[in-house]
Amino acid sequence: MKISAWGNYPSVDTRLLLPSSFNSAEGLLSDCSSVIPRGLGRSYGDSSLSSEMLDSKLLNRFMSFDADTGMVTCEAGVSLADILEVFVPKGWFLPVTPGTKFVTIGGAIASDVHGKNHHCEGSFSDHVDSIVIATGSQGVVQCSRTQHSELFYATCGGMGLTGMVLAATFKLRPINSSYINETVVKAKNLAHALELLEKYESTTYSVAWIDCLSTGENLGRSILMVGEHSEQGALKAGKKSLLNIPVKLPGFLLNQFSIQAFNFLYYHKVLKEYSEHHIHYEPFFYPLDGIHNWNNMYGKGGFTQYQFVIPKAAGLDGMTEILDRIAQSKRGSFLAVLKTFGKGNDNYLSFPMEGYTLALDFKIDSKLFPLLDELDKIVLKHGGRLYLTKDVRMSEDMFKSSYPHWEQFVKIKQQYDEQGIFSSLQSKRLGI
Amino acid sequence: MKNVLIFGATSAIAEATAREYALKGCNLFLVARNTEKLETIATDLKVRGATDTAYAQLDINELQQHQSILELANSKWGDIDLVLIAHGTLPDQQACEASVEQSLDEIKTNALSTISLLTLLGNQFEQRKSGAIAVITSVAGDRGRQSNYVYGSAKAMVSTFLSGLRNRLAKSNVQVLDIKPGFVDTPMTAEFDKGPLWAQPQDIAKAIVKSVEKNRNIAYAPFFWWGIMMIIRNIPEFIFKKLKL
Ligand SMILES: Cc1cc2nc3c(=O)[nH]c(=O)nc-3n(C[C@H](O)[C@H](O)[C@H](O)COP(=O)(O)OP(=O)(O)OC[C@H]3O[C@@H](n4cnc5c(N)ncnc54)[C@H](O)[C@@H]3O)c2cc1C
Ligand SMILES: NC(=O)c1ccc[n+]([C@@H]2O[C@H](COP(=O)([O-])OP(=O)(O)OC[C@H]3O[C@@H](n4cnc5c(N)ncnc54)[C@H](OP(=O)(O)O)[C@@H]3O)[C@@H](O)[C@H]2O)c1
Repeated sequence: MKISAWGNYPSVDTRLLLPSSFNSAEGLLSDCSSVIPRGLGRSYGDSSLSSEMLDSKLLNRFMSFDADTGMVTCEAGVSLADILEVFVPKGWFLPVTPGTKFVTIGGAIASDVHGKNHHCEGSFSDHVDSIVIATGSQGVVQCSRTQHSELFYATCGGMGLTGMVLAATFKLRPINSSYINETVVKAKNLAHALELLEKYESTTYSVAWIDCLSTGENLGRSILMVGEHSEQGALKAGKKSLLNIPVKLPGFLLNQFSIQAFNFLYYHKVLKEYSEHHIHYEPFFYPLDGIHNWNNMYGKGGFTQYQFVIPKAAGLDGMTEILDRIAQSKRGSFLAVLKTFGKGNDNYLSFPMEGYTLALDFKIDSKLFPLLDELDKIVLKHGGRLYLTKDVRMSEDMFKSSYPHWEQFVKIKQQYDEQGIFSSLQSKRLGI
Repeated sequence: MKNVLIFGATSAIAEATAREYALKGCNLFLVARNTEKLETIATDLKVRGATDTAYAQLDINELQQHQSILELANSKWGDIDLVLIAHGTLPDQQACEASVEQSLDEIKTNALSTISLLTLLGNQFEQRKSGAIAVITSVAGDRGRQSNYVYGSAKAMVSTFLSGLRNRLAKSNVQVLDIKPGFVDTPMTAEFDKGPLWAQPQDIAKAIVKSVEKNRNIAYAPFFWWGIMMIIRNIPEFIFKKLKL
């Protein structure tokens, strides 16, 4: 069966394995030689692709919930959408959420995902108490910060390479309303945007959408959106989305001009320099979930997301250099999302480090990867790195020079996977 | 719907349906043969919002147990408001062709067991003059095809039985719902290649909840199967018999 991830590139022939219980996961593993766990396939590149895939689809049950503490235990295939549907009406919210709710708990842990509140709350695994994982050679193991702690730190952010997460216990956050008090501010350029991000540092959620095609003194012109959970409004989970792009559209629909128009319209749609809104969490956190399979918009060749982080000190200079290079290339990106990261954590391969992160979507064609190679050099020069869950092409060298703990990671992986049965296209490319 | 009883509660479609009712805060009584799975599902449903859950073990072909299971379920929270019958197997058609015993076993699991339950339930609900009986049959029951007519004929038998029961219970204010799914991506069909006509168990679950709410009689799920089956039913037999279906 042919399968790819969110970027529709690359696709591989795979044998799909569907464990329906912890025991069956162990049983299926005994017959694997090159396997990688798979959640909802919302990673962009090749980290969830291999010739054998352990899909968590049938592991989708809740196991316990403590209404006093908000501590929930569930199987790894439960999605963030499931959690919201069940718990928002009861007054609980995700501690950290990425920009789509269609990801699994297993995927959220394996990529150690971050949200708009990283500067206040860290990443997803910082709210995880313990994990049950099926390993390659040590059977099913429960790990936490105190039990098999190395396995815990390697699994959080470990891109599925230490084994298949079967279940996890993590803490939800209490809310009194499903609404967000949002403030929207326009920033005229990059310096202004960074200044505003700093100004709203103590606001729980913040993100900026950058228009990548503006140049000169408008370089980095953006819209900043910050928010806090509201105290007013009902506790209601979101509605199901109505729109769908069922087939891959012809790639030519997305070109420099349509993207420029989109960015222009988006920037000017927000008329006021400053405005406040009371909005449901759904459009605030998941603006794109309203259109199912929007990835098909990029056509058959697929697309990728280039997401990097650079340390705070490199901030303005580094970002300017990169945005300049992109604007020069005239390759627009529909979505360029800028965020501040707080301190990183102790996981060996987690992406976040204190600084700024920018994510850009690009349609894949023959000229793209040379441009990204150039951007890699700039990122590396400023002491930054790329997000593994978005990556589809970085070199082994780039990875090893920017993830300082990769060797420790490999050591622990080998300890729990002696035969090396867990691997993905990405791990082979990166030499881990 | 306050009290819901489900046979074949470990089926993927039944479980997805139970989740919908759990979100609404119903009491859920689950019946199936694998207690370990029942335990996991019951726990999950409780977290999702079911007011209470209970389960009982039953191999559906132990017909003599049916009465006592129904009594047990009705004694738990008072009268059951909705019964969903969902158990089923997808027979190996070729193996059935080679074995009378296997054919009859499959007919027993997919039809006779259900008819046993429906006979008991029909009397109960008729007396009580309320409630809903929902049964998952299949579009396969609409016409026999060489690739799976043992399964198809069992489902057809249940559908015809339901039609009669509905006719009888209409005056007693009891809903009799026949749910006819098309292709659904569940463990039953794990070996099949999936295409655009395939639905997820959650889609069928939503259709079931809605059809119960709207007091429907027959529900193709997803609805477009109504059109497909209309065409298939109307192909003249002299042509149909030559098709490779
Ligand atoms: C529209 C959109 C917005 C996004 N926004 C953000 C964002 O704001 N922040 C952010 O951090 N990310 C974001 N992402 C990326 C996404 O959150 C991650 O890629 C996430 O890991 C996807 O989860 P998944 O369940 O789809 O996993 P998959 O894509 O299927 O797998 C991703 C990785 O997790 C591993 N994995 C999956 N399940 C398991 C398991 N049970 N056990 C062990 N390993 C497992 C896989 O092997 C693979 O390495 C976004 C993605 C999209 C499409
Ligand atoms: N999937 C489809 O494409 C499709 C299409 C049309 C109709 N249907 C119908 O939908 C219903 C649900 O099926 P599904 O797709 O959800 O498949 P499923 O997940 O395989 O469920 C089938 C269920 O039937 C149970 N069962 C089988 N024999 C039994 C017995 N002797 N005693 C007790 N329980 C028994 C199984 O129990 P165990 O868990 O113990 O094995 C299982 O829970 C079935 O009636 C099926 O015919 C399915």
